[in-house]
Amino acid sequence: MIRFEGVGKRYPGGNEALRGLDLHIKPGELVFVTGASGAGKSTFLRLIPLLERPSRGSVLIDGVNLSALRRRRIPFLRRRIGMIFQDHRLLHDRTVFDNVALPLVITGRPHQDVARRVRAALDKVGLLRRERAYPVTLSGGEQQRVGIARAVVTRPPILLADEPTGNLDPALSREIMHLFEQFNQVGVTTVIASHDLPLIEALGHRRIHLHEGRAA
Amino acid sequence: MSARGAMRMWLGQHARAAISALGQLRRKPGGSLMTTAAIGIALALPAAFLLIMDNIESAMSGWDGTPRASVFLALDTPPDRQAATAERIAALDGIREVTLITPAEALAEFQATAGMDETLALLDANPLPAVVEARLAGRLEAADTERLMDRLQALPHVEEIRLDQTWMQRLDALLELGNRTIAIIALLLGLTVILVIGNTIRLDIENRRSEIEITKLIGGTDAFVRRPFLYTGVWYGLAGGVVSGVILVVGILAVSAPATRLAALYQSAFQPAGPGVSGILTLLVTGLLLGLLGAWLAVGRHLVTIEPQ
Repeated sequence: MIRFEGVGKRYPGGNEALRGLDLHIKPGELVFVTGASGAGKSTFLRLIPLLERPSRGSVLIDGVNLSALRRRRIPFLRRRIGMIFQDHRLLHDRTVFDNVALPLVITGRPHQDVARRVRAALDKVGLLRRERAYPVTLSGGEQQRVGIARAVVTRPPILLADEPTGNLDPALSREIMHLFEQFNQVGVTTVIASHDLPLIEALGHRRIHLHEGRAA
Repeated sequence: MSARGAMRMWLGQHARAAISALGQLRRKPGGSLMTTAAIGIALALPAAFLLIMDNIESAMSGWDGTPRASVFLALDTPPDRQAATAERIAALDGIREVTLITPAEALAEFQATAGMDETLALLDANPLPAVVEARLAGRLEAADTERLMDRLQALPHVEEIRLDQTWMQRLDALLELGNRTIAIIALLLGLTVILVIGNTIRLDIENRRSEIEITKLIGGTDAFVRRPFLYTGVWYGLAGGVVSGVILVVGILAVSAPATRLAALYQSAFQPAGPGVSGILTLLVTGLLLGLLGAWLAVGRHLVTIEPQ
């Protein structure tokens, strides 16, 4: 599903985040990506939805080589990838409902379909009763769950999460990780970058450890 | 997806963008109103000038464009010679038709229109000469005019000739100058509208940077991101058009009474005309197009550079 072949990424300042990364993540897998700060976890995740392009090597998503993907087609790639960020990236002037609805609105779904799917996603993350609330009135854990609902509302085949439990306490972190496991069980390929090693060990899924821009 | 489904989806996306743009304007009513007023005034000024020119031209429409010569006969010309002179003038080259106004007719007209009965009653005899109003066949070159004047002057009993051609030419030149000036003003103010809307939308884009980034992050196409901003431009332009229409109508109402009074003093039944339905529609469409153009320029330059971090 996700294949990296000799991928290198060098930033304009000379900083080399990835130095020949090779890996393959199969459809339906749940993978944790670990490594120290600066080991290239974020860069690795950013290359998949083409938030950045690699300096060398190739990234293949579902058999499509991303280096051949034109700029115009990038939005359609991103629609197949649900993304979750440590800082949630919610729109603070919109309600929870509108935030979760945005990916569906972008794809032009009919109104009734949107409402039905948004409620299903909010129900899944346990926030159905907060749909009228604004993100600032929610706790950190709740905001993260809104971000997750937004990522899964279009039922994308791939889910990427960059430090999704970074700011949460252990109990909440476990809850969030169990959510990801549930999505993975219905076939979503899930990649989670995290440095919460005890929790990752406890869950026991495949783990890719990055060290100095390579898979160790 | 069926063609009809795709069409419905496309329309739905546009309706959503249009409504959300309207919602954004409502969220900051103060700024929106000021921008709208600026656009309205910028549109109203050239429109008002054009309207004034139209009204001047229609006030002059009593003139059919062909010049006329008033040939005054000597006071002592006997009535039969007056008629004969009129016929001789009519026979000249370059004269289309003539009307003889006898001293008695002139006096009657003067009394009826100018309300000077009392003054005229003081006079013993009719002081007015006979006049032959000659309508020329068309506009003449300077040399032809000269020749015609000479021939008229050479006729017996002719005392004085007044040709209104030069006056008409001066008026034409003035109107032409006015129209050119207005065209330049309209061009500059149109540019102003584009710049005002473009700058407003550029600021709007800056303020909503994170929203744009997030939208692009989750798969919003450039067209999707662009659309609400283009509709913002359209709404601004349209609202500006409405404001300018109101300014024009109110302005016409305000000057209507004094203008009619002035026209009455010139024995004219002229009444100033408003912009009319087609004029208002033109204003609205102009506003809309300028708004769209301004938005397009702002969006084209700034939106592509915003990429999710």
